[in-house]
Amino acid sequence: MTWSRESLERAEAILQRYPEKRSAVMALLYVAMKEDGYLSDAGMAIVADLTGLTAAQVQSVATFYVMYKTEPKGRYLISVCTSISCFLMGSDELLHAIEDEAGIPAGEADDTIGVEHAECVGACGGAPACLINYELVEGLTPDKGRELVSWLRKALPDVINADEVQALFGGRTSFDWAIKEENGAVGPYPAFPVLGTAAENTSALEPGRG
Amino acid sequence: MTELRVLTARMVEHPTDSHTLERYLATGGYEGARASLTRTRDDLVGLVKESGLIGRGGAGFSAGMKWSFMAPARPSYLVVNGDESEPGTFKDRQLLERDPHQLIDGMIIAAVANEAHHAFVYIRGEYPKPARRLQQAVVEAYTAGYLGPGIFGSDYDLELTVHLGAGAYICGEETALLNSLEGRRGEPRLKPPYFPAAKGLYMLPTIVNNVETISNLPHILTRGVDWFKGLAHGEDTGTFMTSISGHVNKPGNYELPHGLTWRELIFDVAGGIRGGNTLKAWIPGGASAPWFVPDRHLDLEITKNVTDANGSMLGSGAVIVMDDTTDMVAAAERLVRFYAEESCGQCTPCREGTTWLDMILRRILDGAGRAEDKDLLLDVSDNISVGLAWPPRQTTICPLGPSAVSPIMGLVEYFPDEIAAHLATSPLSGAGGAR
Repeated sequence: MTWSRESLERAEAILQRYPEKRSAVMALLYVAMKEDGYLSDAGMAIVADLTGLTAAQVQSVATFYVMYKTEPKGRYLISVCTSISCFLMGSDELLHAIEDEAGIPAGEADDTIGVEHAECVGACGGAPACLINYELVEGLTPDKGRELVSWLRKALPDVINADEVQALFGGRTSFDWAIKEENGAVGPYPAFPVLGTAAENTSALEPGRG
Repeated sequence: MTELRVLTARMVEHPTDSHTLERYLATGGYEGARASLTRTRDDLVGLVKESGLIGRGGAGFSAGMKWSFMAPARPSYLVVNGDESEPGTFKDRQLLERDPHQLIDGMIIAAVANEAHHAFVYIRGEYPKPARRLQQAVVEAYTAGYLGPGIFGSDYDLELTVHLGAGAYICGEETALLNSLEGRRGEPRLKPPYFPAAKGLYMLPTIVNNVETISNLPHILTRGVDWFKGLAHGEDTGTFMTSISGHVNKPGNYELPHGLTWRELIFDVAGGIRGGNTLKAWIPGGASAPWFVPDRHLDLEITKNVTDANGSMLGSGAVIVMDDTTDMVAAAERLVRFYAEESCGQCTPCREGTTWLDMILRRILDGAGRAEDKDLLLDVSDNISVGLAWPPRQTTICPLGPSAVSPIMGLVEYFPDEIAAHLATSPLSGAGGAR
């Protein structure tokens, strides 16, 4: 079991961004998720090899952070914020609508959609909010939450672009987003150039290492 | 109400390209970083100390003092805390997304002042867009020669790595953040001995500053300490950046002069309470802060000292407003649940205490509360935060556990009738209902 050449090259670049190998663990765990769609035991073993840690050490890190998913969460993971500001603005009703429309209780997933509740996602001014593959949608209502689920099932978008999803289903935002972005998420892990998870060609986005 | 825009000026004046290097340079960008290269460490530390700039991440400690504690060992590191995850707070997200070069400019100044040649920004994993914007700006800065070997043609080398977290509130605590950045579980370290300025990243001297704190530095360098102090109201210098959320008509981020009252902030700036409802309570400094209520606190000035003296804190600058439709037991439960979910589990009083507080609140909400539950909430709270004092006397390595006590104290002190009303529905409370 190994990774694609692209992921191994990416891993090498990530390792060079830190003074000590171990610091690359978190970024490499995201690469492992990109390879398998979730964090598999085999993926964690490769991260252990790359960083000189034991598999147990890597697992102890992976299980500490909620964004590393050791089970498949579907192609689109919907994380509904239920912390205080979203709660005050109706997050529980939003979560129930999404669970009901998707036919999936929070914490579970089918092949296409996963649903979970999340703690504060930093979108309190646009509450209630949720993340789809960690891309933000703000100012939702239960009805818009239902529409979002049925759109994901029907349209099966290749990329979750926050501007697009916000325009289709969102409402009030925490602040003016102002600048449109083409980029987005291609799986249930954050789209970040250094991790090679963004939709665009990201090679130009890596700082020179001199 | 007049806003006072310093950190947010560029993004308002140039909304569509405030994030680009071109716009940043056209509006005086990187002059602060250039200037810092001609000054000594003592000079820069003195300047920031004199400016009165305080950390904007929550603890409210003097940034210059923090810098002055740097131990002599080298290499040293600069780490910017962009883990913003205190419920109610979303200001750093805007600063990262809309003006990332301002942060890099400030980071160069802070790195030079603290003789660091490698700097990191730790951004929470739920912020991929801010992380992308910053990464793009970092690439622009490298390409321009502002980062990398020999920045701005000097002999000073500076690497900058953007690091993405993976969903853990506790990593906003600076020593937990450093553990996380080292590729470990995000568990806070004991202080002492692990003060970051002495034994930080890789056990080397490290400065950890918040995104907003660092974003102030270019302005202090280019406009001067006197200008920065001139913005002050009493001891609070610079501007007051606040995130307002909850039941107000105009939630959002506002950059304001210091010295407003809560009445002005909630009713003028944030447009008052939704639907003509009545203000019931608000949390003045992020979810961890003790609650304020209208009849006691509405006309207090929003300053660090006044807020501290009245038993709360300005913390991260987040204000969460609750109207008269709010079930305060449910609000307290939602706050406590957060700490129960986010406890790292190292310290027993926090790990067990937050979980029990949440379970007790849930059973009260579910109509299964017991007569002794109010006392039990206080008893468990006392085990996490001895004597229920403010500021907390903690039994734990970090302040996360005691933060869960704030909503309990607010609930018991200001809204005991609401606990009683829920208990009255419970057959287990002895307050009525069949046994």
